[in-house]
Amino acid sequence: MAEPTVAVEVPVAAEGELLAARQVDLWRAVRLGLVGGLTAAFVSANGMVAAFSERAVLGGQTLGSLLLVAVPVLVGYLAGRPPPVLQGFATPRPGWRNVAGGLVAGLLSGVVMAVFVTLIATFDVRRILINVTPGLVREAPRLLTFGLELGAGGLVLILALNAALGAVAGTLHLLPARWRRAVFAAALWVLGFAMLQPVIVQVLRGIQAELRIWTAPLADFLYEPTGALSVPGAVAVAALAFGIHALLTREGRRPVRARLEPLPERSRRLLRLVVLAGILFVLGLLPQILGPFLSEVLNIAGIFLLMALGLNIVVGLAGLLDLGYVAFFAVGAYTTALLTSPQSSLGVGWIFWAAVPFVVLAAAVSGLAVGTPVLRMRGDYLAIVTLGFGEIARLLFLSDWLKPTFGGAQGIIQVRDITIGPIEIGGPQAFFYVIFCFVLLAAYVTYALQDSRVGRAWMAMREDEAVADAMGVNIVTAKLSAFIAGAMLAGFGGALFASKIGSVFPHSFSVIVSITILVVIIVGGMASVPGVVLASFVLVGLPELLREFAEYRFLIYGALLIFMMQRRPEGFIPSRRRAEELHEEEISQDAGLRTQATMQQQAGPAEDGRNETS
Amino acid sequence: MKRRRTLLVPALVGALALLGAACAPEEETGGFTPGRLGAVTVGADAPIKVGAIQAITGDTASLGQDQVRGVELAIADKGGKLLDHPVQPQVEDDLCKAEGGTTAGQKLVADPQIVGVIGTSCSGAAVPAMEIFAGKGISMISGSNTAPNLTSNLKGTKGDANQKGYFRTAHNDIVQGQAAATYAYEKLGAKKAATIHDGDPYTEGLANAFGTSFKELGGTIALATAISKGDTDMRPVLTEVAATKPDVVFFPIFQPEADFIVKQAKDFPALADTKKLFGADGLLSDTYIVIDQTEGMYFSGPATPIGEAYQGFVGKYESKYGEKPIQAFHAHAYDATNMLFAAIEKVAVREDDGTVHIDRQRLMDALYATKDFQGLTGTLSCDEFGDCADPKIDIVQNTPAKKTLDQVRGNVLFTFEPQTS
Amino acid sequence: MAKTSLEPRGSIAVRRRFQLPIVDSFLWLVRIAAIVLIVVGAFNSLTSGRLSGQQWRDLVVFGIAQGSVYALIALGYTMVYGILRFINFAHGEVFMIGAMTGFYVSDGLSRTWLWEAQPFISLLIVLICCMTVSALIAVLLERVAYRPLRGLPRLLPFITAIGASFFLQYTVATLFGTSVKAYPSVDALTGVVTFLGFRILKVQVLVIVAALLMLAGLYLYVEKTKAGRAIRAVAEDPEIAQLMGLSVDRTIVRVFAIGGALAGAAGFLFGLVFQNVHFLSGFLPGIKAFTAAVLGGIGNIPGAVLGGLLLGSVESLGPSLVLVGLGIPSAHQLKDVVAFLALVLVLIFRPTGILGERVSEERA
Repeated sequence: MAEPTVAVEVPVAAEGELLAARQVDLWRAVRLGLVGGLTAAFVSANGMVAAFSERAVLGGQTLGSLLLVAVPVLVGYLAGRPPPVLQGFATPRPGWRNVAGGLVAGLLSGVVMAVFVTLIATFDVRRILINVTPGLVREAPRLLTFGLELGAGGLVLILALNAALGAVAGTLHLLPARWRRAVFAAALWVLGFAMLQPVIVQVLRGIQAELRIWTAPLADFLYEPTGALSVPGAVAVAALAFGIHALLTREGRRPVRARLEPLPERSRRLLRLVVLAGILFVLGLLPQILGPFLSEVLNIAGIFLLMALGLNIVVGLAGLLDLGYVAFFAVGAYTTALLTSPQSSLGVGWIFWAAVPFVVLAAAVSGLAVGTPVLRMRGDYLAIVTLGFGEIARLLFLSDWLKPTFGGAQGIIQVRDITIGPIEIGGPQAFFYVIFCFVLLAAYVTYALQDSRVGRAWMAMREDEAVADAMGVNIVTAKLSAFIAGAMLAGFGGALFASKIGSVFPHSFSVIVSITILVVIIVGGMASVPGVVLASFVLVGLPELLREFAEYRFLIYGALLIFMMQRRPEGFIPSRRRAEELHEEEISQDAGLRTQATMQQQAGPAEDGRNETS
Repeated sequence: MKRRRTLLVPALVGALALLGAACAPEEETGGFTPGRLGAVTVGADAPIKVGAIQAITGDTASLGQDQVRGVELAIADKGGKLLDHPVQPQVEDDLCKAEGGTTAGQKLVADPQIVGVIGTSCSGAAVPAMEIFAGKGISMISGSNTAPNLTSNLKGTKGDANQKGYFRTAHNDIVQGQAAATYAYEKLGAKKAATIHDGDPYTEGLANAFGTSFKELGGTIALATAISKGDTDMRPVLTEVAATKPDVVFFPIFQPEADFIVKQAKDFPALADTKKLFGADGLLSDTYIVIDQTEGMYFSGPATPIGEAYQGFVGKYESKYGEKPIQAFHAHAYDATNMLFAAIEKVAVREDDGTVHIDRQRLMDALYATKDFQGLTGTLSCDEFGDCADPKIDIVQNTPAKKTLDQVRGNVLFTFEPQTS
Repeated sequence: MAKTSLEPRGSIAVRRRFQLPIVDSFLWLVRIAAIVLIVVGAFNSLTSGRLSGQQWRDLVVFGIAQGSVYALIALGYTMVYGILRFINFAHGEVFMIGAMTGFYVSDGLSRTWLWEAQPFISLLIVLICCMTVSALIAVLLERVAYRPLRGLPRLLPFITAIGASFFLQYTVATLFGTSVKAYPSVDALTGVVTFLGFRILKVQVLVIVAALLMLAGLYLYVEKTKAGRAIRAVAEDPEIAQLMGLSVDRTIVRVFAIGGALAGAAGFLFGLVFQNVHFLSGFLPGIKAFTAAVLGGIGNIPGAVLGGLLLGSVESLGPSLVLVGLGIPSAHQLKDVVAFLALVLVLIFRPTGILGERVSEERA
């Protein structure tokens, strides 16, 4: 293809001239407005607004009102965005049209909401839509109309508020990109501080208790007793974030990097060691600072992280879509329980470390048992068969048939705590260190395998099985070793889980666990350890903290998955290779456009436009 | 080189682990001489914090919410104050699972001001929660746990999961199994019985308790089988059950599986007589008894308390929450809370400025010493393993005339009380 | 996730690869063990006289009725897989939404005179509503969630489908509540019919007949009509089909719509037979239906039906016939174990499913 085909018939602009009319797509604004309004109606109807209104986040405002407000802001921003600039055209100068776009979108979402509010006020739909409670419109606190009674007042408020917020969001486009990013950063930080209030308060108080640094009053300054961010606190956080992001640009970081470059190897190694020691120091104190409950949350996330690293090997490295991963988790947990609990059918009551070799063995055997029948099955069949194995494992552990061994529905209780010599790891804070060690081990194993011969065999198999086979990769051993490696890590996770909770019930091993772990590694970034770490803390740790979200957890998961697969399929922190694979088309397009630009530049400056990529 | 360095890291962390574990924070001791387990010191204007671990979300949310309401009403009946301090409940979710019990337990145990806990809703969650609280000497009283292994087998053998500091005002399922078996064998004249459970520890325990008692009485269990939660087609199981021609089928499970069983049983001549079907308190709910096919069916459940005190309680419940009690254990939670309050009042040491010290060991001892405590559910006395209930099991029947849950629960055909030794 | 087009075809190609004797002998061991266990269990059950002949026949009928529901759902899975090579994990939820729609419509209708006076017309109205709503949801899913991801590595649409599945489940849960919804009973459908010595409930007759009718309709549509030919063409090779002037997008939308409509019908029938639906009702049937589709041969329409009927029968008969005969207590708890083991065994014996696969060469 010689030149990019152009879909829009717009005259080529001379230098500095604005493009005609279509600075902002009106239809897009209308569409966004409707979608926004429907979304707002949806979250009202399903009870999210009511549930979130229980939590105060900023001054007197609740998370519920924040949710309602977020909708017009979001659609306004998206609607006010200028259309993507095609190569060769002048960048439209931001102007009133962006604001208008935002206004239109906001107004329309307001209209939809107004209609919705009127409908639920007039008709009693509670029999069908059970979460449309009177508290939304008809009675206090009238969440959807922010306290006003329905009638001219309430409706006008909805329309005006939505339109205004949409317009304001549209004005964000008038800012240069750097300031815009800073505004987002500030908003994100404020939101983060508001939502993570229990964590931050605990951390500040914990630092004071452990390190004797005067941080506790900071907690009182930032937060009100209701748990909401105080207004001065929010302003402080916003200012801080704004300042950091506005000032710390790429140019700002360069001097630091320039200083580090010429350092000799030895000093760099020393620097790295110092940083590492610093991180270890922080991690070492972390459980004491966080207290038992937050350490417990970290432990839960840590166990999931361990398993995610294991599944990462099976799915991310070897490309085997295993949906029955929970089976290995269960095997590890039950093996540990059987060997360490004096109440189990074996009743030997060994210490944890004596059981570990058997956990490894049992996991390896089950990995082999699952891997062998599926050796010749195609990818999608593999998924459903492994799902089946996962369910088979759970049902067998639950069954009356195997009750004499596994305890059936009553499970196995009195699993012993882990002991390191004479010290018993009873509480979550001490347990954190154990989990951390195992996670480090798993991360090390992942990195080692990635660059090893086995790892390369797996990646070759993942890319194209037939070609890998032709190149001499032994597919059988590759697949089986992947299953076994993944099974072993999950087995460790199960062993830790059993020791932590002290009892093992078959109900903990449902298919949801497998799917959660898969979601964690996909959303975090497959074959990327930092991504998986982040994802497991966000997807597993946060729901434990924010119990308001409990009912809506899977709803949010689902929406997040759909959204992420479309926008950012490589995950939060992807491995670079993966990101490149998934955005192959875009990258090659960009490369093509760039070479064209340079060619045109060399040809002559006549028809060149400025292309600012924001 | 790189390998050695990276091995250094786990070694460092391991050392930190030992350090961290050994240097775990000590518990703060109060001003007055606390006992071995420490004490809670409630400052002059501070509230007395009572924890509650209940299943407030998920399938069993109605059970948990019902309990929480019982707790709240107990607090309200005290005027919201105990020993001139406001009472502050802190409710955590037990998810009806062991993991939930662990997390909720850790959350409560992290707060040194928690005096006692009312919980859990589900027996599975109680196991780890008990252990966590026992480690800190916090007493926990449950209004709905019924699994035998949490306390004892009522014959003096300690239950597998039992810990010091655990009490319950709900009955031990061994009693319910005995009640149902006794009624089936003696009153219904059943000689052959079949049991069906759904893989839940509560239903399995109860089905087994029924089986054991039934066999002790002289009957035979023709078939002890199970289904899985989520099953919809019960016909194959029912075919097997019908083939054994049982006199009674005891299925102490939950909805919706029970709905399928009772509707599909009609297609089997051996099971078509509804009077052969026997459920438990999991099915004593509005949505189940309105099903036509449940008419004639028997249910066992904790006896609805009688008397004015209970009627008054129900009235208060209705006016505060806008509906009648939704499950069977609200009164037990109410009694549990009051039992805790009574024990607190007994052992608290008050200072002149209003500060109150509550010694944990003494609180636990006071709870174990509870005798003849008058509660809504009866006269409560705690045994050495924590069973405090005055277990009365009612066998009720759903007849065409009984249309509401209240009416069904009031249609008592038989009340079972175990022989107190 | 192999992107290869060198997919081996036929048993010879399969035999040439992976020739590790240990693995082969292990798999043969599995086959032999399975056959032995099944025969022994069945023999014990049948000779013990535990169940009468009539009761065995009843179990067969239960299996076929349950299997018909699976078959209808499996048709949707198999058609989508045949064209897009992708498991529409959210299809079970489309089924559930159909069942829920059926509840609300029939609940509403049962309060009017039409329900008693004209039961069959009422049921028809409910059926049409269910099919329409499910088809719409399926098309919406395709448009919003799957179309942007066409052509990308298969894992991504799969994850999106999982996300869509969660989203739909919990949308229904949060909007309409988590309680179980009970269908109103239909007097005209109560009772039993005897046919060739088999006792079948009237409502089961309806299910089986409806499933067979829809299968026939679908088969005729795909084989005889122009639109059906378009579907087959796109399933065979989308690039060539596009070059020949067929709109791939429109064909795919049609496939989703038809699959969705069938799932909606399945939901309605499910509601009639079991009378209870709730937001999780679609999850397990969805998995089972995909299992059924694989059993029969993915992409293969008669295969999906055969797989469904077979799976239903295995679930119904398996525990009673084999497990109880082998002395396993509470055999029906392990019903799903039997179903999944059947899948594994079939795939070991015949990796492409019973009637063979029919999938496209390349992803669309």
